[in-house]
Amino acid sequence: MTRIKVTVDGVSYSDEVEPRTLLVQYLREGLGKTGTVVGCDTSNCGACTVHLDGTSVKSCNVLAVQADGHEVTTIEGLAENGELHPVQQAFHECHALQCGYCTPGMIMQACDVLKNNPDPSEQEIREGLEGNLCRCTGYHNIVKAVQQAAGAMSPAGSASSQAVSS
Amino acid sequence: MTITEDRAADAATPEIGKARRRKEDQRLITGRTRWTDNIQLPGMLHLAMVRSPFAHATISAIDASEAKGSSGVVAIFTGEDLKDIQGVNITAWPVSAEQKSPDHLPVAVSHVAHAGEIVAVVAARTAAEARDAAELVDVDYDELPAVLDLKKAATDEVLAHPALGTNTSATWQLDSAGQGSGGDVEEAIATAREGGILIEREYRQQRLIPAFMEPRSTVVDPTGEQVTMWSATQVPHVLRFCIAATTGLPESKIRVVAPDVGGGFGGKLQTTPEEFATLAVARKLGKPVKYTETRSETMVSGHHGRDQWQKLTLAAEKDGRVTGLKVELMADLGAYAALVGGGVPVLGAWMFNSIYKFASYQFNVTNYYTNKTWVDAYRGAGRPEATYAIERLMDELAAEVGVDPLEIREKNWITHDEFPFTTVAGMTYDSGNYEAATAKAKELFGYDELRAEQKRRRESNDPVQLGIGVSTFTEMCGLAPSRILGALNYGAGGWESASIRMLATGTVEVITGVSPHGQGHETAWSQIVADRLGVPFENVEVLHGDTQISPKGMDTYGSRSLVVGAEAVVRAADKVIEKAKVVAAHLLEASIDDIEFNAGTFGVKGTDKGISMPEIALAAWTGHNLPDGMEPSIDADATFDPDNFSFPHGTHLCAMEVDTETGATSMRKYVCVDDIGTIINPLIVEGQVHGGLVQGIAQALWEGAEYDEQGTLVTGSFVDYTLPTSADTISFITDHTTSPSTYNTLGTKGVGEAGAIASTPAVVNAIVDAVRQFGVNDILMPCTPERVWKAIAKGRSVPGEGERDAAPHFDEGVPNQDPGAANDGSQA
Repeated sequence: MTRIKVTVDGVSYSDEVEPRTLLVQYLREGLGKTGTVVGCDTSNCGACTVHLDGTSVKSCNVLAVQADGHEVTTIEGLAENGELHPVQQAFHECHALQCGYCTPGMIMQACDVLKNNPDPSEQEIREGLEGNLCRCTGYHNIVKAVQQAAGAMSPAGSASSQAVSS
Repeated sequence: MTITEDRAADAATPEIGKARRRKEDQRLITGRTRWTDNIQLPGMLHLAMVRSPFAHATISAIDASEAKGSSGVVAIFTGEDLKDIQGVNITAWPVSAEQKSPDHLPVAVSHVAHAGEIVAVVAARTAAEARDAAELVDVDYDELPAVLDLKKAATDEVLAHPALGTNTSATWQLDSAGQGSGGDVEEAIATAREGGILIEREYRQQRLIPAFMEPRSTVVDPTGEQVTMWSATQVPHVLRFCIAATTGLPESKIRVVAPDVGGGFGGKLQTTPEEFATLAVARKLGKPVKYTETRSETMVSGHHGRDQWQKLTLAAEKDGRVTGLKVELMADLGAYAALVGGGVPVLGAWMFNSIYKFASYQFNVTNYYTNKTWVDAYRGAGRPEATYAIERLMDELAAEVGVDPLEIREKNWITHDEFPFTTVAGMTYDSGNYEAATAKAKELFGYDELRAEQKRRRESNDPVQLGIGVSTFTEMCGLAPSRILGALNYGAGGWESASIRMLATGTVEVITGVSPHGQGHETAWSQIVADRLGVPFENVEVLHGDTQISPKGMDTYGSRSLVVGAEAVVRAADKVIEKAKVVAAHLLEASIDDIEFNAGTFGVKGTDKGISMPEIALAAWTGHNLPDGMEPSIDADATFDPDNFSFPHGTHLCAMEVDTETGATSMRKYVCVDDIGTIINPLIVEGQVHGGLVQGIAQALWEGAEYDEQGTLVTGSFVDYTLPTSADTISFITDHTTSPSTYNTLGTKGVGEAGAIASTPAVVNAIVDAVRQFGVNDILMPCTPERVWKAIAKGRSVPGEGERDAAPHFDEGVPNQDPGAANDGSQA
């Protein structure tokens, strides 16, 4: 067993883990963070995507011990101060989910795409989400949602939303 | 952290037709979900399955002693240990009285018939410990020869189940001359052979894997008076019935819950060995247990779809008017007759004639067993196979006649003024307008411009050729009239159930017997009930997926939920209104004949007196002042059994670019105009269409379950079974025409399977259209660059001795073609 200290969704944890424990197992079974799910054994589907120090990782492809001393954000910690993240809101608005199983990973990856490229083209969005599989939506509305979120998160988009709320 | 709606609902406009954002989304986008694998119960143990690595073997010994000593292991059970209580995985649809069906035990006792079959179950403290121990279970197998190829199975040289004496499960026929719905197909073929056109083709429907995103999981809690099973299933009610029918547990002692379920596409309409094994172990141990499969286990153990050879003979007059169609199918059931299994190809029987007026028709299918994973419904179930065949054939006929593929369809299709129309297969289509959908699709597609571009590219010998694929499909969905199911020897009815509870504080609970797993029923049913009862959308709560809450139901598959399930909801709502009217008349001191119900208020004709639905619900709840003899409730139940199926249709147009030097294909444009009758929620409908399209496109281009010669599934993970990604696909242009169904109150038709049914032939027709000038008239699916390139290369070269076209004409009296001669033969 190895001791790790990790911050997940703003909460600090200190735990003994088996060295072979995957980060996703630690999140789900150790911390009860069941919003993050497992869809495959081969790191193809991306359903388990979380942010490690702000960058997206497939948590089935990271050992829990590798997260020692780092900060993890899951889908459960994405909304802040009672407000949905713009990507979450856009997924809802654009009907970018059906069964919702891929959705946590898809949203976390979409955040990462937008962080690296705030104004992506359709093709750049499609390539940015290539590592996340969805069987329900045919990706059409997911791409639309990411485009909409990009607009909402742009300086112009957030300025107009502030104007509305004030 | 709640969803903020920026559109305040306009109470004056009807809910039906509004693009309501889904009620379901909140928990799904914030990770507050209840997938079965998320459920943790006190003292719960975890299971791992020991599975056969052999496709066909007998079990001679199992030594679990080393595994038993592994850390955290509580117990290990073999099939022998569980045989008295584990039940059996039954088939609900023996297609004929003579059907041969091998017993399918959840945990094999002495014989395994496909790789991946369960032979032992380990129960341990954690899932990891259970899996570690499963590796240590030592099973001795005596390997038997396996039959893997469908055509070889037909020869009975090697038997999948030696005890059956044959690989043939059943044969089934529909003959238009025999049943009096049309002429004699053999006469039509003989006539066409003399002076008409005869198109003879053999098409392959490759084996597919449904690949829902949530791996299947089952939790069983045997403590308490009712055993509770949570499972990632489309069919909680059917599952409860099957458990009761085969395990000895009384139905009243079983509660089945389908919590959040992560997709199904038919793949979760099974009652699975894993569910039965988990139940048996929980009962043995008296402790809650959980089993969650790995994706690799899903691939080998969850049922597969499609897998047919289709021999087709289309007879036509010289001008392209079809006179007859003869269909001869071979269908691979895999190792066992699954729940619907053998009936899936039979569902195609009414669909090969599609939207056309054929004079004669005959459908024949023979189902075979092989030593591969079992096969059952996958999105469309029998209808995609039929639609693929006929839409490919109509393109071949157009090429033979030398006209545009749309022209040949128009010559043969049912015109809008001919509905209701009884087809040569004996189905009565209620409504449709193929002309209108096609005209709209052509316009959105820019059909004439793309044809002109195609011509230019051909004339300039452009290395990248353009092809245009057409698919004018219909389907039968909304399963199903119980009497028809009975006539087809199906083991259950096709009705659906609903209840409406009018709560004292003005909100409404709707209980539905269907079981959603991504379709958005909570939202759509709320819209329907809001309109019907005149209550706010937000005040309607839709409950489902738990036999304790929703005791009666037939669950969700076959695009049935809206057309059958929501019709039951409508009828329950109408009963509520009728009961409430009695209360309203009493409280308003008016004659019941003078009571009018409009937008949630009961008024008295010619006065401004009125009382709202919530006020009546409260009056019924207090019971203080009701008519004499009336029971204090306006709640109502309804069970609806449809008179007929639902027949959505549409025109799909696909433009594919084919690089003739590499065989690579890319989708340039896809337009579909679907007619699904009245639309409840356009947003949900679009989503269903998009997802269906990509699944159908994936069959055409990327997906196929492949076995090696030992019977190992080599596409056994998402590394090798290539699901499409966002980077492989494009955005679609979708639109609608509306011909309301005449078979239900709301005029709705099904939409869940439409995209998957229509798109596959549209894509393959487009690819073949792009390269037809090279002598190509078929390419096996999935149309990989290698296959496309080989088809072009073969078409360009002069055929050598022994080489044949991809799908040659049949020589008279010669049975199905050797698959090895077709293209690269790797599908054989």
